[in-house]
Amino acid sequence: MHDILVLLAHPDLEHSRVHAALRTALSQGATGAGARWQLRDLYALYPDYDIDIVAEQAALKAARLVVWLHPVHWYGMPPLLKMWLDQVFAYGWAYGPGGTQLSGKDLWLVVSTGGTEQSYRPDGHNRFFIDAFWPPYEQTAQLAGMRFLPPLVLHGAHHVSASEIEEHVDTVTEHLRRWPDWPEIADLMPCIQGEAPEGERPAPELADAPVTEAQLAEVAR
Amino acid sequence: MTEAHMPNWLSLGLVYLAAAVIAVPLARFLGLGSIIGYLGAGIVIGPFGLNLVSDAQAMLHFAEFGVVLMLFLVGLELEPRRLWAMRRPIFGWGSVQLFGSTLLMFGVGVLAGAPWRLALVAALGLAMSSTAIGLAVLAERNLGNTTAGQGVLSVALLQDIAAIPILALVPLLAAGGGLHDDGGPPLWVEAARALGVIAVIVLGGRLLLRPALRWIARSETPEIFTAAALLLVVATAALMLSVGLSMALGAFLAGVLLAESEYRRELETDLEPFKGLLLGLFFIAVGMGIDFNVVMRHPGLIVALVFGFVLLKTIVLWGMARAMPVPLAERPEFVILLAQGGEFGFVVFQTATQGRVIDGEAASVLVAVVTVSMLLTPLLLLAADRWWAAHLRAHRVEPTEHRLDAPQDAPVILAGFGRYGQILARLLFSTGVRVTVLDHDAEQVEAARQFGWRVYYGDATRLDLLRVAGAASAKVLVVAIDDVEQNLALVDLAREHFPQLTIVARARDAPHWTQLHQRGVRWIERETLDAALMSGRSVLQQLGVEPYRARRLALHFRRHSIEQLVTMAPHLGDRARLISISKAGRQQLEQLLAQERDLAQRTRGRLQDGARDDGAPG
Repeated sequence: MHDILVLLAHPDLEHSRVHAALRTALSQGATGAGARWQLRDLYALYPDYDIDIVAEQAALKAARLVVWLHPVHWYGMPPLLKMWLDQVFAYGWAYGPGGTQLSGKDLWLVVSTGGTEQSYRPDGHNRFFIDAFWPPYEQTAQLAGMRFLPPLVLHGAHHVSASEIEEHVDTVTEHLRRWPDWPEIADLMPCIQGEAPEGERPAPELADAPVTEAQLAEVAR
Repeated sequence: MTEAHMPNWLSLGLVYLAAAVIAVPLARFLGLGSIIGYLGAGIVIGPFGLNLVSDAQAMLHFAEFGVVLMLFLVGLELEPRRLWAMRRPIFGWGSVQLFGSTLLMFGVGVLAGAPWRLALVAALGLAMSSTAIGLAVLAERNLGNTTAGQGVLSVALLQDIAAIPILALVPLLAAGGGLHDDGGPPLWVEAARALGVIAVIVLGGRLLLRPALRWIARSETPEIFTAAALLLVVATAALMLSVGLSMALGAFLAGVLLAESEYRRELETDLEPFKGLLLGLFFIAVGMGIDFNVVMRHPGLIVALVFGFVLLKTIVLWGMARAMPVPLAERPEFVILLAQGGEFGFVVFQTATQGRVIDGEAASVLVAVVTVSMLLTPLLLLAADRWWAAHLRAHRVEPTEHRLDAPQDAPVILAGFGRYGQILARLLFSTGVRVTVLDHDAEQVEAARQFGWRVYYGDATRLDLLRVAGAASAKVLVVAIDDVEQNLALVDLAREHFPQLTIVARARDAPHWTQLHQRGVRWIERETLDAALMSGRSVLQQLGVEPYRARRLALHFRRHSIEQLVTMAPHLGDRARLISISKAGRQQLEQLLAQERDLAQRTRGRLQDGARDDGAPG
């Protein structure tokens, strides 16, 4: 029974060390008896950025823990994951009136950065501690009613040794196996979903909304 | 009505075909190889066996055409550049073999007390090897690209070239024989005519053959292309024969000239069966031709001669093999394939008899010696396989280390170089992927060739052609053929014979897509889908839809339409085939659109009930 959904978003896995290793390890653990998680490699599933919203929402619904696995690019997520977020976490589904489909689930962020830990300091060239970049993620989780678990970060991804990568991969898989039995979240409170008041969103026909079947039929005719 | 008499051609055909069909599988089953099977069949049906056929000589002459065809095919494999690179082995090592063996045998013959004329003619005739056996075994054992194989080919080619002056000179050896006593044209005229014919073949081959073949291929009548291929070889052979040159050499030249043409593979596959059968007939004729009367009269002499001349040639060949050098593991094949006497020996002895250089009895003995040595070749090879392998093992020599691998074929085979295949090929070529391209449209191939694409002319739905194209080792087969029947035929063929191939297929329309899908093909593109969707995007854009939104509409429609096909595929079954046969594609499309409208209606209802798709927060 899969109760964990791992979303991997890396636009250049051919040249990746950390995420290639994670993909290998996690895809091995994703099949067979007692597999806890389902791995969805977004760039492999949607090389044309044509996200199947229905399929993604179904996968989310079945999960209790959602994991985002990606390298930090320009202090945020890669574009396909952002697009996934824009389209799948839809108004009235993930947030807003009636948008409670994700409420009560956990969200765990596992990222790597090119910069070293020292660079993410006020005296480093990235100037901020890495924690300073979490608020958009935390707020996203809160608006969808998801509990934001403490992120796991691997710094200096281009230069870490093979054994450090292996250790990182082990940490991730170990956490997935044990979830929700983690000491670091033992005293975390469940999330209380934030509100997006009705009327704050633009009218549907003006929005750059996902394509509906009705619109398709128009095109087909 | 009394007993009907079978016409001669029918009874002969019956005997030859039955003999071959029975003897060859039997011989192969016993591990003896097909050549022994043919030779054995010849002995059995010949005058000294069941005496079903008597005229071995006539059959031999006819079947020699098999050797001619074989050299044409060998030529096809050899581009002019490669032939030019082989000039040193051909003229160098070939001459060493021919003159070395001749001199050695001549010396031993004179020392043994034979008259010098007889010794010289015998030495010249026996120094020739059997091209038929040598090259047939190379092909059977797939040794064409090994050092030994190249060596055998070089020597065989030089013998073919040298045969011309040898045959011209043999009559001059006659005691008291003067020049030109037959009243024929002077020698320089003959030489000029010979050179003229070679020039005609080379120039004609360069300038005329390809346009001619293209014109014939355009008629789209496969049997006429086959006829043209045969005609080409027959005409070249006739031309060469008319000026007293070797037919095989002419065919070889014609083959080399066509080696770079787009028709190479098609010619190969068309002529291969003729070559095989005629060569078989040739070996049968050789088997039939063994004159056991002569053998019985001089058993000791013949055994001694066979043993002696094969030994002397072996000494020369072994020395060559060491000096060239031929890898240890290939040496027995190199030596044995050249050590026997050959069909050219027959001609030399015949010419010498006619020129009264040697007498008839001596010629019969020599012909028997050559034939027995030919019969021995496959047996010697079998013995060498066992003994030499054991020898190499005992001496711990790595046998296959120096073997040249056969040239690797491209990982991708593209069938169809039309409007669809060209785009695909250009993408692959631009990324450095090697592709073997086949197309059966002569004009298309010619046009593509003018732009520098290496495209081959051929019908990809033929199993033999697919094999030659490397289907057994390739990874991906792109079926870009537009004709639905042909397209599906190729898919069926590939799935049955080359299950390792991943098929990427072009589908003409939805029914065709379904048929491909039902055959297990998973990488299918409808040829018009993406272009039409792109145009649809343009239309939407012109109507004021934002470009990015138009793109998403198109992409979504694309996915939806493919999903629709996938879900419909299992239910269509036989009906889809019926529909495609009756070409009722329109009805299918209407059905598809109706289903889509249906689905949209239901979705619209649900959307109006509650949830609305909307923009993102922030």
